[in-house]
Amino acid sequence: MRAIVMIKKLWTGSDSKILPVFCIITFIVIIWYGFSIILNAPWEYDKAKRNSITLSKTELVNQTWSQKRPKLPTPHQVAKEMWDTTVNKKITSKRSLIYHGLITFYETIYGFAFGTGLGILLALGIVYNRATAMSVMPWIVTSQTIPILAIAPMIVVALGSAGFSGLMPIVIISMYLSFFPVVVGMVKGLKSPEQLDIDQMKTWSASKSQVLFKLRAPKSTPYLFTSLKLGMAASVVGAIVGELPSGGGGGLGFRMLSGSTFGNTLHIWSGLFSAAILAGSLIAIISIIQRIVLKRMALET
Amino acid sequence: MVQSEVINVSNLDLTFVTSDGPVHALKNVDLKVNKGEFVSFIGPSGCGKTTLLRVLADLDEPTDGEVTVNGVSPREAREARAYGYVFQAAGLYPWRNVAANVKLPLEIMGYSKEEQLKRVKKVLDLVELTGFEKKYPWQLSGGMQQRASIARALAFDADILFMDEPFGALDEIVRDHLNKQLLELWKSTNKTICFVTHSIPEAVYLSTKIVVMSPRPGRIVDIIDSNLPSDRPLEIRDSKEFIEISQRVREGLRAGHSDD
Repeated sequence: MRAIVMIKKLWTGSDSKILPVFCIITFIVIIWYGFSIILNAPWEYDKAKRNSITLSKTELVNQTWSQKRPKLPTPHQVAKEMWDTTVNKKITSKRSLIYHGLITFYETIYGFAFGTGLGILLALGIVYNRATAMSVMPWIVTSQTIPILAIAPMIVVALGSAGFSGLMPIVIISMYLSFFPVVVGMVKGLKSPEQLDIDQMKTWSASKSQVLFKLRAPKSTPYLFTSLKLGMAASVVGAIVGELPSGGGGGLGFRMLSGSTFGNTLHIWSGLFSAAILAGSLIAIISIIQRIVLKRMALET
Repeated sequence: MVQSEVINVSNLDLTFVTSDGPVHALKNVDLKVNKGEFVSFIGPSGCGKTTLLRVLADLDEPTDGEVTVNGVSPREAREARAYGYVFQAAGLYPWRNVAANVKLPLEIMGYSKEEQLKRVKKVLDLVELTGFEKKYPWQLSGGMQQRASIARALAFDADILFMDEPFGALDEIVRDHLNKQLLELWKSTNKTICFVTHSIPEAVYLSTKIVVMSPRPGRIVDIIDSNLPSDRPLEIRDSKEFIEISQRVREGLRAGHSDD
């Protein structure tokens, strides 16, 4: 009985997100099926015309929802494709989404780690050194105004000619996108102590490193986690964009690109969803760590 | 009894440069404070009482004049950790519980682990916060937070205590109680206390010396030595002496104001 009450509460409770999320998803799925009919219909009409038959409404719907190479595959086709290319394929197979997903995962994680490290270092430089703040900050902002799609191939080519190929150029592109939110968030976080806090440290004649580790660092923790979530999302995008000009290496971006080249929309959509699931899970992991850490630090109740 | 001089200020001048032009915050300030005194600085806002305290604590730099604290410059005194400073806001770290907050300056100053524990226990007992060690700041009332903040300023061996309107944000009942506690604490620790306030009863009740200040430019208009006995129950505020001193403070404040 208690379980039923809990489920009911989860469903209708005022703080529950399940109902609104469910509504939106249902809405999207309905529209999606609708567009599958509209976009895939011309091909069916052509085929019917060539064979001189007229299609009934039911036949049209059935056929547009089950094409081998649809313009827009239906959700169930994408789901089936994803099932086939994960569960029913060996991980080592180039047709396995897990194989490609793992490649993108490693690129993302390395890019994220280096990007976070670089971001924190730059933030420390900006907060502690006026010269760094004046000279580096404009470049950091400029770096993000350049379309990553435009410079990704240059990075790949330049590093390739320097003898670095494989994961490395992609990790760098991923890092290039992910360091930015970390810099911005951590500069704000490290500067978040108020004048009172700083004065107080001064009355104890605390050293610079003591002010950093006992005041600035703990006070910036909530900012850090917000930055990490943005940085993680950027890392996934960077890894996928970096795979496009790299060619042949594999990864979800490569899978989507080859799908696009050969007109296989199922590969594009399944790759897209895999990337979304990857990014979503990585961000969810950070959220869980955030909850635990902030609760431990009594910064969140 | 030879009284040793703890604070000596002569001819102090301080002008802040702001975007609206220079602000003359302190002018021709002369002051001597002896060891073990309880000195209150009273005056309307803008009279420079907080600024004077900040100069003594080396948080602001004077434009001109001589200042010594414990016989050395405020900077040297600060670096020697000669004083504890209690700000208007408690300034406790939300990620540290009460005991850890009080321990913070001890960690910074490199006291040993056992010494830290011993001192935290002692000062929390002194401000009557025993039993609240594990509580976080948000679980405490404003008065308790301020008491924790005072405990933190008492935890290390500084014989001067600077207090900048520490009870300004508290209601009168809590304030009375804390004033009484503070007096007892002062007597038992024999510290020199410089206390900024804008409440006349608070200044008269607590002090052995009251410094009356006035604004634009900030200056001292009167220094009153209190002849109240050292044993001061709250009822002393109805006594004739108390009312006389209060009147003199009020006159000083009024005289300062008639200038503008």
